[in-house]
Amino acid sequence: MSAPPILIVHASGTNRDGDAAQAIEMAGGCPRIVHVNQLRRGDVKVSDHAGVLIPGGFSYGDALGAGQRLALELRLWFGHELSEVVAAGKPVLGICNGFQVLVKAGLLPGPLAGDSVNSARQVTLTENSQGKFECRWVTLRVEPTVRSTWLQSIGDTLIRCPIAHGEGRFVSATDAVTDELETQGLVAFRYQNCGAVSPDASDSIRAAGGVYPANPNGSSADIAGICDQTGAVVGLMPHPEDHVLDWQRPSGNPGASGLPLFESFVSAAR
Amino acid sequence: MTLRVTVTPHRDAEGEAVVASAPLVGVAGLVDCRVSRIYHLESTGDLSDADVDRLCTEVLVDPVVAQYSTGEADPVEGRAIEVAALAGVTDVEARELERAAQQLGLEELRVSTAIRYDLIGDLDDEAVATITRRLLANDTIEQSCEGSLPPTFVAQASADTKVESVPLSNLSDAELEILSSERVLSLDINEMRVIQAYFDRIGRDPTDAELETLAQTWSEHCVHKTFRATIELTHVAADGQRTVTQHDGLLQSLREVTEELDPWWLRSAFVDDAGIIAFDDEFDLAFKVETHNHPSALEPFGGANTGVGGVVRDILGVSARPIACTNVLCFGPADLPDERLFTGVLHPRRIRDGVVAGIADYGNKLGLPTVNGAVVYHEGYVGNPLVYCGALGLLRNGSHPTAARVGDRVVSIGGRVGRDGIHGATFSSATMDTSTADSVGAAVQIGDPITEKGCIEVVERACQAGLYNAITDCGAGGFSSAIGEMGEDLGVEINLEGVRLKYPGLQPWEIWLSEAQERMVMAVPAESLPALEKLCDDWDVELTDLGSFTGSGDLLVRHGNTSVIDMSMDFLHNGLPRREMTATWVEPSPAAVKSPPVTDEILLELLAHPDVASKEDIVRRYDHEVRAGTVVRPFVGRNADGPSDAAVVKPLGTNRTPLAAVLSNGLCPRVGKHDPYAMALLALDEAVRNLVAVGGDPDRVALLDNFCWGDPTKSDRLGSLVRAVQGCTDGARRYAMPFISGKDSLFNEFEGRAIPPTLLISALGLVPDLNRAIDSGGMAVGDDLWLVGEGSGSLGGSVADAVYDLGANEVPRPLDDPLPRYRAVHSAIKAGLVTAAHDCSDGGIAVAVAEMAIAARRGVAVVVPADGSDQFVAFTNEGPGRLVLAALPGDRDALGAILGAHGRRIGEVTADDRITLGVAAQSGGTADGTSIVVELQDAVAAFTGRPLS
Repeated sequence: MSAPPILIVHASGTNRDGDAAQAIEMAGGCPRIVHVNQLRRGDVKVSDHAGVLIPGGFSYGDALGAGQRLALELRLWFGHELSEVVAAGKPVLGICNGFQVLVKAGLLPGPLAGDSVNSARQVTLTENSQGKFECRWVTLRVEPTVRSTWLQSIGDTLIRCPIAHGEGRFVSATDAVTDELETQGLVAFRYQNCGAVSPDASDSIRAAGGVYPANPNGSSADIAGICDQTGAVVGLMPHPEDHVLDWQRPSGNPGASGLPLFESFVSAAR
Repeated sequence: MTLRVTVTPHRDAEGEAVVASAPLVGVAGLVDCRVSRIYHLESTGDLSDADVDRLCTEVLVDPVVAQYSTGEADPVEGRAIEVAALAGVTDVEARELERAAQQLGLEELRVSTAIRYDLIGDLDDEAVATITRRLLANDTIEQSCEGSLPPTFVAQASADTKVESVPLSNLSDAELEILSSERVLSLDINEMRVIQAYFDRIGRDPTDAELETLAQTWSEHCVHKTFRATIELTHVAADGQRTVTQHDGLLQSLREVTEELDPWWLRSAFVDDAGIIAFDDEFDLAFKVETHNHPSALEPFGGANTGVGGVVRDILGVSARPIACTNVLCFGPADLPDERLFTGVLHPRRIRDGVVAGIADYGNKLGLPTVNGAVVYHEGYVGNPLVYCGALGLLRNGSHPTAARVGDRVVSIGGRVGRDGIHGATFSSATMDTSTADSVGAAVQIGDPITEKGCIEVVERACQAGLYNAITDCGAGGFSSAIGEMGEDLGVEINLEGVRLKYPGLQPWEIWLSEAQERMVMAVPAESLPALEKLCDDWDVELTDLGSFTGSGDLLVRHGNTSVIDMSMDFLHNGLPRREMTATWVEPSPAAVKSPPVTDEILLELLAHPDVASKEDIVRRYDHEVRAGTVVRPFVGRNADGPSDAAVVKPLGTNRTPLAAVLSNGLCPRVGKHDPYAMALLALDEAVRNLVAVGGDPDRVALLDNFCWGDPTKSDRLGSLVRAVQGCTDGARRYAMPFISGKDSLFNEFEGRAIPPTLLISALGLVPDLNRAIDSGGMAVGDDLWLVGEGSGSLGGSVADAVYDLGANEVPRPLDDPLPRYRAVHSAIKAGLVTAAHDCSDGGIAVAVAEMAIAARRGVAVVVPADGSDQFVAFTNEGPGRLVLAALPGDRDALGAILGAHGRRIGEVTADDRITLGVAAQSGGTADGTSIVVELQDAVAAFTGRPLS
C-alpha cells in the first residue's frame, strides 16, 4: 500500500513539525512539511493531501494568545479547503499549538447543538492553572466512547507522552457545554492518574480527577483532547509524537507508545 | 485617530503572583491585583466600532476567558498602575497585532501596548511605589506611572543620514580618555593613541562610525585582549616564596593543547563561532556556550532571552541546525535580606525569576529542548549574576562553507535594525556601577525568537542547497563585527541605505553598530541570490542585499552617497596593540578545620542547601522533550524527580545508528577563591564523571571553557585567571580531552566587588548505544551498590563547608591519572552491567547515595570507606573521580573484574524505604560508631522542599 501524503502545516514559530513528521513516517504515512506562505501562494495545495496535521510550537510567537493568529489565517485563507477536507472524511489532527489553532479557528469542537452559525467560542485552551509553562510526562486514555471513527479503533488505549505548554488548560464557557461534549462523545482524551509511580496494573488507572500533576494544567474534567461532530477533526495538548520509539520513554516507565494514534490517523487517510 | 482597548481576563494567575510576591518586598496590605492588557490603536483613517469589534473578537480577546472595553477603563476602588515598554524596545505583540489587522483589511494600523495593574488593598504611596519598582516595572526598558500612560509609539522621525566627524587629532591623553568614557568605547589610553596616530597619518579625523567600529572590534568582548596579552605572573606560595613566570597568551596556551591532542574526530576548534566534532559518518556536532551577564543584571528577562538567542546564532554561524540548549546560572541568595542588597541592583530573586522566564521563553519558542544545566547561589553574585547559555547543533560532515569570494554579495537575513542593542560589546567590557543602567540601557534587548526560528529554517536549507560561501552572526557590534570579520581578507563595500529598519530616524553609525540576536550575514554568489530570496519568502524571513566583497582590502561603508566609513581592514584587524599585563597569585595558608558532630540532620541539611536541592521549579519551565530526541532527561527515576547527571540526546534524523550525544557540565566556584588552578581540574573532572555516569565514552570528549572573572586589569583577578587557565591546559592533557571553543567574560564587578572567579567546563561526548544509556534512578531492591574512587580529606569549597561555615580553605587534590577509572566504568556500562550510576559532587557521597535513593524511591544501606578521614569528612567531602554504581548481585564478579582496584562494593538497595549510611575505617568493614539513618520520605521532603504527598 502506498504511503498517503500527509500535510504538516508550518507557520512561523511551529517547532514540532519534525517530531510529527517522524511519527507519521513511522506510522506508514508520507509527511510533507509546508509553510503557510507556500500554501497561500498555491505552490502546494491542501487538497493534494490525504490528511492534515497541525503540529506543536508557538505559531507567530503566540503573541496574541496561543494559536490565535494562525487560526485567523486558516479561517481567512483556507476555511473552504479545510471544510472540504473534513467533508471528505479525511482526518485532521492538531497537537498542542495545532489543537489551540483548531479550537480558535472554530473547527473544534465545531458547532454544538443549538448553536447558530456565528456563535461565540464555547471552549478554549488557556493559561495553565499554575500560571506557567510546564514540561512533564503524563498518561492519557483514548476515551472508549469517542465519536471520532478513526480514534474508535484505539478506544481505551493508554498513551504516555510529554506535555510542554503554558496554555493547555481546557475550559468551557459553562458546565452545560462540558456536559454537551461528554454526551456527544466529543471528549477524545483524558489525563489519567498513572504517574511513573505505578508503572504496572493498567486496570487500576483512573482519570486524574483534577489532581496535579496527573492533570498537569487544571483542565476541566481532565480533558486533554476533543474531536468534532464529524469525527474527522481531533486535537490534543500532549505530544504522542514524542513517544513513538522505545528509547524516547523515561527509563522505568511502562510502554503505552503514541504510535497507535498515528497509525489510526494514517489508516483513516488511506 | 487613536483608540484604547482594554482586555481583562476573568481569572488571573499573573495578578495572583503579584499578590503572593508583595510580602517578599515588604508590602503587607495588597489584597488583590487585577491585570489588564491595553492596546492603543492608531490609524491614519477612521476606525469604526465594527472594525474594532472585529479585531477584538477575531484575534485579541478569547471570549471564554476574557472581556474587553474601549476607551478609558472604569476606575476601580484601588490604585491603577500602567507599565509600558520604552519606545523602541521590541514589542512582538504589537507587531503581530498590526499584521493580523492587515490580514483583516485594516491597513496602516499602528499598535502600542501596555499593562495595567489595579492594586487593591490598604496601600500608601510608598507601598504602591515599592510594588511598582520591585515587582511590576524595570526602568531600564519600561516606563510606568499611576493612572494612564500615553501610547509609546516611536516618534515618526525622518531619515537621518548625518555622519559626524569626531575631532581627535589634537586631543591630549586626558581628553582621549574622556572621549573613550563618554562614548562608551571602553578603550584604554594606548589604544586611543594608536587610533589618533592612524587618523593623523591619513590626514583626517574619524567619523563617528569609524570610531565606534574600532571600539567594537577592539573590545574585550570581541577580541579577547586579556586572553591575547603577554602576562607576567608573580606566584606567592603559602610560605612566602615568590616565583615569577611569563605567559605568552592564555588563549594560545589552550589552543596549543588542542593542537597537541588533535584527535581524528576533531573537525574545527577555536577558529569559528562554535567548535565542531564528528558524530557519525554522516553528521558532525557543533557546540558553544556563551555568557550574557551584564544584560541579565539590568534586565533579567531580556538579558537571558537574548543570551539564548545569541548562542543559537553562534551555532547557525557554523551552518549547523541547533538541536538542544543548556544553561548554567549563578545568582545571589534568593532569600537575601533587603539590607544586604546594593543600591541600584535588582534583588537576586527577581533576577532569578526573570532569567528563568527569559530562557524558557526563547528556548521553548525556538523549539529547542533545554536539557542540561545547573543553578548556584552565592552572595558573591548579588551585584553581578552569571548567565551561561549553551547550544548544540547538527550539520552534515564538512558542509560549513567558510570562504567568501570576490564579487559575492553581502546579504543580511532576519530581524530589522533598531536602536536597541547598541554598545553591547563595549558595555560588557567594563565593570558595572549604580549608573550603568542609565548609560547603557540601549544595550539591553528583548529577543524575538520567532524571527530567529525563521533564520534557522532558512540557513539549514540554504546550506543544503549550497547558496552561500560564508556565513556569520550579527553579534555584539552588529554589522560592524559581522561584516568586518567576514570581509577581513577581501574588503567590502556596503550601502546602508537599503537596510530595513524597525523605525526610521537611525543614524548611519547606529544602523552599522546595532546588534540583534535574529540576524545573520552571508556571502552569496550573485547567481544564488534569487534562490535565497525565494527561500526567505517561503519562510517569512526578510533579506537585504547590502553590498559586495571587493578584493580591495578596505572597509567602505556608505549611506546613499554619504561616506560613512573608509578604513583599511588591516588597521581594523591588526592595528590593536597587544597588552602587557601583570598578575599576582597569593596562595592562602591552610586553615585548621574542626568537623561538626555527625547527626541524621546533616544529610537533610545538605539536601536542602539551595545548590543541592531540587531545581524542578525552574527546569520544568523548559521544554526538554521537543525534537523527540531526549534519552536521559534532567529528572529521572520513578517519580521523575531525581537529579540527572548529564543529558543524552539523539538528534532527530540520525536513527541509522544507535549513537547519541551527551552533554554535561562542571562548575565549582566555591573552590575558585581558594585555588583557581584546582578549580579548573575539579570542574573538568565533574563534567567528565557526569558524562561517564550516563554512558558517555571518556575517549570521545570535547570541552568548552567559559571564564567569568572580575576586572583583569587588577593583578589579583588576573593572577587567579592565569592559574585557572593553567588548570585547564594541564587538565586537557591529563584527561586527553581537547578544548574546542571557549569564551571569557571579564569585568564582572559591581562597584569594585568582583564575583567569585567562576569557570564553567562544558563537555560534549558520545554514547555508543543509546539503549545502554543509564541514569541515577534505575536500580531495584537487592542491587549491589559500588563506589568508584577514593575520598579526599579536604573540605575547602564543599557544600558542607558552606552549610556549617567551617572556614576550610584546603581543597581536594585533583586526580593525576583519571582516565583508567573512567574507561573501566564506561566498559561496565557499555556491557550492560550497571543499573544506575550517579556522581559524587555537591554534598559528597552522603548526598549522592541519598539522591539515588530519592530517584529510585528505594531504601539504601551503605558503609562508606573512611579513606583516612573522620566520619563527617568521609560523608561530605567532594573529592574528584567518584561515582556510585548500582548492579545486580549476579553480576558481582563480572563488574568486579572490570572495575578492578577502582571499585569497591559498599552496600545495597533495600526494601525498607530508609537511607542508612555508616563509615568503616577498613574498606568492606562494618560501620564504626554513629550512622546516619533517615527515612526516605524525609529525604524527599528536604530535597524537594515539599512534604511527600
